[in-house]
Amino acid sequence: MAKPLTVSVVSADQQIWSGEASMVVAKTVEGEIGILAGHEPLLAILSAGEVRVNATSGERLVARADDGFLSVENDTVTIVARDAELIK
Amino acid sequence: MGAQLRVYRQKIRSAQTTKKITRAMELISASRIQKAQQRVAASAPYSRAITRAVSAVATYSNVDHPLTSEREKLDTAAIVVFTSDRGLAGAFSSSILKEAEQLAELLRSEGKKVVFYLLGRKAVGYFSFRKRASVASWTGGTDQPVFETAKEIADAVVEAYNLDDEEGGVDEIHLVYNRFVSMVTQTPEVVRLLPLEIVEGEATETESHEVYPLYEFEPDAETVLDKLLPIYVESRIFNAMLQSAAAEHAARQKAMKSASDNADNLIRDYTRLANNARQTEITQQISEIVGGADALASAK
Repeated sequence: MAKPLTVSVVSADQQIWSGEASMVVAKTVEGEIGILAGHEPLLAILSAGEVRVNATSGERLVARADDGFLSVENDTVTIVARDAELIK
Repeated sequence: MGAQLRVYRQKIRSAQTTKKITRAMELISASRIQKAQQRVAASAPYSRAITRAVSAVATYSNVDHPLTSEREKLDTAAIVVFTSDRGLAGAFSSSILKEAEQLAELLRSEGKKVVFYLLGRKAVGYFSFRKRASVASWTGGTDQPVFETAKEIADAVVEAYNLDDEEGGVDEIHLVYNRFVSMVTQTPEVVRLLPLEIVEGEATETESHEVYPLYEFEPDAETVLDKLLPIYVESRIFNAMLQSAAAEHAARQKAMKSASDNADNLIRDYTRLANNARQTEITQQISEIVGGADALASAK
């Protein structure tokens, strides 16, 4: 299996979640995007919606990240939103 | 003589009550510094992520965004002043106001008009006492800033920045706030917010990979930058507010500690004086009794 992604979900006043994940699915202004390890560097604007993270621990978490953006580089995914929160 | 003793006792009591207040405020501030510092630390990943992203877009696209480009004619400058809501924090607010005045002086000497945005009741009080105008002011909650306030301020300044000169727009935005250096040091900081000079927060981290990867932008670089810059401005303002809050608590703790120490000294000095006065009173009473007894004895 490919190297896992390092994911962090960050809101204005705290880091909400960080850890390793196999896949991140987010909704950008242009549509849904799935990110696996080895994805090209990307900076995308998120539209209102959920971000799903499949953690390597088998955990699946869903975060609400309205009005934020997503950056991918070197297998590091950062989801930044002013008021992000974990739904479950 | 009794009167003098009473005066000393009154002074001791008043110093003791003041000390209780200052001691309590010192302890409250001490516990809040921790929290404020944690908030500064907790917001760091956000501002770091945004700074990285903005730097990346700015490096890899030659987008000429109004927020980044220097204007040919700089007529009006806005100063955002971050003070506290409450006093009893030493020179916290006054040093900021002094710094802001100096900056305003400098800008005026360059032929610019200066307008003010105020944060904290202290700044508002300072301006209204001198009957000077400010464009907007925010009070309440400077010791525990919330992001909504930062957003409001950011919206206000960005809007003013985008307006034309005739409509009351500004060409430059400066922030003046206290930066929390350590528990004993807070330094007034003057930062030019707009037009943007993007600074990487952690210089050491970037040196390892100075070159930003070639990003793919979705939908495109211009839109991304459009969206990111206001967020960046917000995060800078929020960061200034958090720094200022931490610095405020630290300044207050220091001020209150020295006030408590001064109260201790006062109490000690007055206790000695009071003891002295009491002893004098007793001595005088004894000599009066002895004198009286002598007079009675010799009269017989």
